[in-house]
Amino acid sequence: MSAQTRLVEVRQNVLKQNDIVARELRQQFHDAAVYVVSLVSSPGSGKTAFLEKTLTLLRSNYRVAALVGDLATENDAARLARSLVPVRQITTGTLCHLEAAMVRTALEGWKLDQLDFLFIENVGNLVCPASYDVGEDLRVVLLSVTEGEDKPLKYPTIFNTADVAVLTKMDLAEAVEFDSAAAACNIQRVRPGMTLLKVSSKNGAGMDDWLRYLAHGRHAYPPRLLSHLA
Amino acid sequence: MHELSIAMSIVEMAEEEAEHRGGVHVNAVHLKLGVLAGVVKDALLLSYQLACEGTDLQGSRLVIEEIAAVVYCPKCLGPRTLDSIQWFACPECRSPVSQVIHGRELQVVALEIQE
Repeated sequence: MSAQTRLVEVRQNVLKQNDIVARELRQQFHDAAVYVVSLVSSPGSGKTAFLEKTLTLLRSNYRVAALVGDLATENDAARLARSLVPVRQITTGTLCHLEAAMVRTALEGWKLDQLDFLFIENVGNLVCPASYDVGEDLRVVLLSVTEGEDKPLKYPTIFNTADVAVLTKMDLAEAVEFDSAAAACNIQRVRPGMTLLKVSSKNGAGMDDWLRYLAHGRHAYPPRLLSHLA
Repeated sequence: MHELSIAMSIVEMAEEEAEHRGGVHVNAVHLKLGVLAGVVKDALLLSYQLACEGTDLQGSRLVIEEIAAVVYCPKCLGPRTLDSIQWFACPECRSPVSQVIHGRELQVVALEIQE
């Protein structure tokens, strides 16, 4: 370092802006008493089918709505609209994840205090969404049986930031010789104590447990703040 | 690949700070990067060069200090550094650990400036 150069301390979080907006959103959600659940997974893990089933089942007892992130198409929103609940698409363009500001914009005009649950389906990606808080109360990571048991070890960060793991496409487990015990073990390695649920969106198996889990989370309101994002 | 948008945020922050200090020239940006931040170091370094192009920070360096995952072991009652982020277990007593103390950092800590 030459005589004219010096080091000045800055100490600023790079994602500060996102964190600020996420905190504001979380406050807004709490004030409106809406329980916000985000879904993350790799592309093709069955997020949309799982969400469609969830919305359809919840609709009879709760007021629900969903935001769905996708890179380019609006196909997911069209599919979810079949569940007859309010759905909005967030098209991210080239961005591989949702950010808090996108969620805030997408929510404009919605009366949050008239909702019990809001679901946020992130862009299919097991890397980038891990870094961005979107103000959710519960982060759900999905793993389909067709992806293999070692996904949690390949993407430990996203599994570690999630609150609950859901194994999807369980109806195919036998056909693809999926080892549930190994998957569970890998999940526990990267996130000790995480709840693991097994579902089939196709035949409905396991959906009761999932709905009970959701209802319990909502009734324990206000939920704990996500410690990993504090 | 979100490293490019993160690199752009870093450049933006450094530019603001430089301007705040009267338009000083930035030679380097020092960053703390935790192994659990979900950001790939090499991709970030490459993205940083791209993000600097055409800005006041063109030609500056990004100096990354990698931060290991430090967790609190409830059995040893103290902080422990994980051997691997693929296994959240205390390296000494092998108890499962879930409380992360360090490793999620993504923070600009300092600027090397020229006055």
